[in-house]
Amino acid sequence: MASSLRRIARLSLISRYTSTDGRWNTLRGLSTATDDLNSPNQCWTSNKPVNLFSAINQALHIALETDPRAYVFGEDVGFGGVFRCTTGLADRFGKRRVFNTPLCEQGIVGFAIGLAAMGNRAIAEIQFADYIFPAFDQIVNEAAKFRYRSGNQFNCGGLTIRAPYGAVGHGGHYHSQSPEAFFCHVPGIKVVIPRSPQQAKGLLLSCIRDPNPVVFFEPKWLYRLAVEEVPEQDFMLPLSEAEVIREGSDITLVGWGAQLSIMEQACVEAEKDGISCELIDLKTLIPWDKETVEASVNKTGRLLVSHEAPITGGFGAEISASIVERCFLRLEAPVARVCGLDTPFPLVFEPFYLPTKNKMLDAIKSTVNY
Amino acid sequence: MAIWVARSRNIITQYFLKTKNNCPFDQNYFLFHTNSSYKSRNRFGFLDCQSATFMAFRRFESVRAGEQAEAVAYGNEDGHENQGIDFPGGRVAFTPQMKFISESTDKRIPCYRVLDDDGYSIPGSIFEQVDKETAVKMYKSMVTLQIMDTIFHEAQRQGRISFYLTSTGEEAINIATAAALTPDDIILPQYREPGILLWRGFTLQEFANQCFGTKDDYGKGRQMPIHYSSKEHNYFAVSSPIATQLPQAAGVAYSLKMDNKEACVVAFMGDGGTSEGDFHAGLNFAAVMEAPVLFFCRNNGWAISTPISEQFRSDGVVVKGQGYGIRSIRIDGNDTLAVYSAIHAAREMVIHEQKPILVEALTYRVGHHSTSDDSTKYRPMDEIEHWKTARHPMSKFRKWVQRNGWWTDDEETELRGIIRKQVLNAIQMADKTEKPSLDNLFTDVYDCLPLNLQEQEKSLRETIKRHQQDFPADVPL
Repeated sequence: MASSLRRIARLSLISRYTSTDGRWNTLRGLSTATDDLNSPNQCWTSNKPVNLFSAINQALHIALETDPRAYVFGEDVGFGGVFRCTTGLADRFGKRRVFNTPLCEQGIVGFAIGLAAMGNRAIAEIQFADYIFPAFDQIVNEAAKFRYRSGNQFNCGGLTIRAPYGAVGHGGHYHSQSPEAFFCHVPGIKVVIPRSPQQAKGLLLSCIRDPNPVVFFEPKWLYRLAVEEVPEQDFMLPLSEAEVIREGSDITLVGWGAQLSIMEQACVEAEKDGISCELIDLKTLIPWDKETVEASVNKTGRLLVSHEAPITGGFGAEISASIVERCFLRLEAPVARVCGLDTPFPLVFEPFYLPTKNKMLDAIKSTVNY
Repeated sequence: MAIWVARSRNIITQYFLKTKNNCPFDQNYFLFHTNSSYKSRNRFGFLDCQSATFMAFRRFESVRAGEQAEAVAYGNEDGHENQGIDFPGGRVAFTPQMKFISESTDKRIPCYRVLDDDGYSIPGSIFEQVDKETAVKMYKSMVTLQIMDTIFHEAQRQGRISFYLTSTGEEAINIATAAALTPDDIILPQYREPGILLWRGFTLQEFANQCFGTKDDYGKGRQMPIHYSSKEHNYFAVSSPIATQLPQAAGVAYSLKMDNKEACVVAFMGDGGTSEGDFHAGLNFAAVMEAPVLFFCRNNGWAISTPISEQFRSDGVVVKGQGYGIRSIRIDGNDTLAVYSAIHAAREMVIHEQKPILVEALTYRVGHHSTSDDSTKYRPMDEIEHWKTARHPMSKFRKWVQRNGWWTDDEETELRGIIRKQVLNAIQMADKTEKPSLDNLFTDVYDCLPLNLQEQEKSLRETIKRHQQDFPADVPL
């Protein structure tokens, strides 16, 4: 029951994204503030509503089209991928550039590092973020240190690892996890998580073209659920720049990916109680944009961080510590963290485990009333 | 024949089965059918019977389950014609026999060698001719590697460098492999292959710069000694984790393949490395992607203190190739001419057939694993001594070179004196050279310095001003 409620709640939010009412325009107005970054000569001729997997698919088409040295591969990628993100790529660009790999994550990432080290854009898919751990050594000890250890003689900056992450309502232990914090402890890689179709396309293109290895986690719950107008053409959104997606004055909420939609709902509810929340999408977790969060907390005096991953050692702890360092005298309450529990990601108990809207609402109220 | 059938894809299998009565093909052909007129590009006479099939059968034209094995009569040893199943990868025959495949071959796979222990070429042995100039350069390089190892090892013992690791006993593998390759071939090293760099022109001073972590070290003083890298010499950075380079090799090679380069990747590992998951990943990816990688396993008997008897079962490393559909060969890693010939031939196959090959070179780690190890604690002295003297690769190669009249004792004495002086000079120079400046701590983590690193650098510099005594004086600020 609670699970389906959560899903409906997400749906209602998504539909708001697609509506043309003032709320959406505000959101979009903010989120497109940086859009002119990539191509001043381009005007956005056509914005069609598409879901998140289609936006990813568009980005991959553009990446392959604009760079003959770009490759897309991973388990089941050839026929379009289990989430359909790679649909049509093999047909259009051929099986030499878009192909299945053996079922072996360390092989996929190792192969991708080698390919990237030769000046290619290696776009590797890990089918679920839950299965990225066999590749952990390749990411942590190899990709992240490739440039540093060779004194910049070699680099694998063309490497982008895409992996669907997060809750999906029925994923249990191994189709639900949010492993971003493990990777945020690794100097040399970037970690990026988009919140919506438009963001996914613009950020993914930036990641693919960034001269550093990037782990790009895609919110799989939103693959089909999130629908948004997305410019058809090539555009990029900047990395390491957070975005204020809702302005407010009483408390700052920081999150990323799918969790932002839950946070957005909490903001709406809190507003009914007269609490004005400022919501920030961090987008890039490392290297992260402390300045935007700092400026917001200096304005509101309060901070809440939320993520699906377990609270202990989660990236929320890093944000909390950094903001306490920077804004100690301005803070009017302890930093609140509303996160997953310190259990394995459960199946039946998923609605209990998750940082839900009302858990967040309670935390907002107690922080504001501290 | 049976081996070949098992490793071949269906189409090739059918081809052989249909033509087996007239295909001049047997195990001996498969191993080495070469001769002294070995210079022409398409010299693999033994491949003639299938080369057309092989060349036409490239990865991207493969294979959908149902399309294969149409209506081709299939027989097997048991005579059950036409009893089979169309299965992805090719038709499989049925048999009423419940036969388990043996866990290992009846006989161990033999080891290809050219020179006997006294440095005489074995009658009838087939090998790549080596001219005087190459042979002498190879021998001189081995001597240089040996002297560099001895003096650098000593420098570590004196506390002048923090760590060292010798290639002692594996000089032939290092140098003969390098000699059989071209400079365009890309090396993904493990860590006991500095001889490749030496052969390619990396100077003794450059080795010393790395080991001493000077400002001239290409790695900017960031890695432990012996973790060399040189873009100029197509030599990827050594990284301590074992076997991580193997799946990367498949990716590098795939790039060469896509660029139609006349070059291959040579990826090294030790016997211990074959137990890593990345060994499996690397070989399987290279096989499936048909990537031109020459996998070179230096089976030196020991992974630090773990003997190969505690590392794997079956017949060592060479037999693992077939499981991946990778052609493989076992060679005497202490026989310079065998290494040279096998690598020469393997390289040709890897590049022109666009598929990986696995080479297992039997050798022995005469030195300790590293300066942090004392191998006399776990293996008998007389075993080490035997490989250091009677089985040492340089002694028998020297005999062969001298017997050809290409080298004399006087030249040997003179060379050793010169190299010794050069190595000592390089060490002295490196010892005097300043360290890389502090900014190199922060650069190259990313392509440019992110804000957090800018802050941390600033903060560290302020700390240094307050507590200069806490930090090494030889690092320029």
